Amino acid sequence: MSTTLQSTKTRRSYDDALIERFGSSRRSRFTRHVALCLIGLFMMYPLLWLLSSSLKPNGLIFSDLALWPAEWSPSNYADGWTALEYDFGVYFTNSIVIVVLSIVGNLFSCSLAAYGFARLHFTGRKLFFALMLGTMMLPGHVLLIPQYILFAKLGWLNTYYPLLVPNFLATNAFYIFLMVQFMRQLPQELDDAARIDGCGPFRTFWSIILPLCRPAFATTAIFTFISVWNEFFGPLLYLTDPELYTVPLALRQFVDSEGQSQWGQMFAMSVLSLAPIIGFFIAGQKYLVKGIATTGLK
Amino acid sequence: MSTETAVMPEADVPPAPEHQRLSAGRRRGRRARKDRAGYLFLLPWFIGMLFTVVPFFASLYLAFTDYNLLNPPKWIGLENFTAMFRDPVLVKSLKVTFVYTFVSVPLSLAAALGVAMILNKGIRALPVYRAVFYLPSLLGASVAVVLLWRYVFGLDGIVNALLGWFGAPAIAWTSDPDYALTTLIILHVWTFGSPMVIFLAGLRQIPVMYYEAAAVDGASRWRRFRSITLPLLSPIIFFNLIQSLIASFQTFTQGFVMNDGGGGPANSTLFYNLYLYQQGFNQFHMGYASAMAWTLLVIIAAFTALTFFSAKYWVNYDN
Repeated sequence: MSTTLQSTKTRRSYDDALIERFGSSRRSRFTRHVALCLIGLFMMYPLLWLLSSSLKPNGLIFSDLALWPAEWSPSNYADGWTALEYDFGVYFTNSIVIVVLSIVGNLFSCSLAAYGFARLHFTGRKLFFALMLGTMMLPGHVLLIPQYILFAKLGWLNTYYPLLVPNFLATNAFYIFLMVQFMRQLPQELDDAARIDGCGPFRTFWSIILPLCRPAFATTAIFTFISVWNEFFGPLLYLTDPELYTVPLALRQFVDSEGQSQWGQMFAMSVLSLAPIIGFFIAGQKYLVKGIATTGLK
Repeated sequence: MSTETAVMPEADVPPAPEHQRLSAGRRRGRRARKDRAGYLFLLPWFIGMLFTVVPFFASLYLAFTDYNLLNPPKWIGLENFTAMFRDPVLVKSLKVTFVYTFVSVPLSLAAALGVAMILNKGIRALPVYRAVFYLPSLLGASVAVVLLWRYVFGLDGIVNALLGWFGAPAIAWTSDPDYALTTLIILHVWTFGSPMVIFLAGLRQIPVMYYEAAAVDGASRWRRFRSITLPLLSPIIFFNLIQSLIASFQTFTQGFVMNDGGGGPANSTLFYNLYLYQQGFNQFHMGYASAMAWTLLVIIAAFTALTFFSAKYWVNYDN
């Protein structure tokens, strides 16, 4: 990881070295900016169109192609909020509850497991670690049907348990792996010093290792947020009562409820459902980029 | 830089020196205490593994049974698997998934590598560009974006409007079986940002001096790409390839939301996992769905193994 996380300073000098050697001509640099801007515009356009359509009256969405609405209809937001059986406040609350508990669960269980794998020595550690990495590659659909039957037998259908409990049981090997990679970089001397001072493994974990792992936790929290917020399949499978619906399930109801073509309202709620992800992305971009770069490079 | 190290557990730290001075009994006690601490930390994970290992074998068993949730599973041997061969819808769903995977994965990886290389040439405002290209990959699997795609590619959507400017006729992107899957492939390519970030990080680890030395020796731009960038980046290409293949074989949400839970026009967007869901949770053919799940697992494992096997011909681990 350390090689990836070059400080801004070395990165800049790397850039400068490259610019000096290869990108020196002003014209080629200009061409590159133009190319990148075009690709970027192309990629952002659907999202900008979504935002603009959410502010247009229904009649104009498909006839007026300009991004800047000729006629504003901010009421899409107010109307969309209450368009479904329950108002979107219910769905947002549901989503937030699930996301927050999932983050807590992943941080708790994955950090424990990661500490065990990264810093403790016990019989069978290598075997278990290999098993853990194996589950990281295991396609989830293989477990789907027995898990569904199990949760049904436990009486957990139409509750949040199937979505939450696995997160408290470190079933997300990716986050364990991320934290293991991070903890391994911390000097072993820390643990030794703590032991000499009389700390047991739990105290060492809690007082020494955890506070140092904050960046890895931030990465885990943001990844969990984005994946759980977007999660569609689990809620679709386990939640049948509309009162329990998460935002993605609710959004889909806009098209389910026949083609009443309230596009403006649907787009308005789509914007609201994407806004938290974009917000977290902007706030936590650093951790996200580091996180996925780490998993790819190590 | 190699992915190989990723799966290799770190070697055990040599035992503390005082171990040698302890009696056998004391050593065993210490060992047991260490084991206990380790297992305690792993306790949630152990319980979680039960939720993985037991269903894993349970689904293998169910694959050989007829089971509808109401009556107990009935052993029927290989019947589910032979039925799969005769099921034209299943064959169709497999074809859809293969076409989707083998078109969209190479395209998105090529886009990811291409843009990463432009960004790596040393450019101002790199973080801004990176953010713009990365953001879609976080949104690509969300219901909101798939819904958006339906309308962007709708008959009077912006894509057809754009085509209209060039005098091209409007295309029924979402309702014409020849084009429905194309819209989802485009959606996949749109999310090239996450492999791009990984490529970018990998490119930054290639020492600039290699390029300098090659330039001094008169190597062309293409030659530098072929002989420096590609070999040194190959472990990362390999990693991205494996990741994308596994994820792409399991596509579900895009197909489901695009066509209201159905397979789209002439089942042209009926992904394998979508059909599995329909069999398992609409028809309650749990045995058949389990057989489907294992078949896909074997297919994914085969392609992963093939990629791993091919790695020794094109992936460079010298570094």
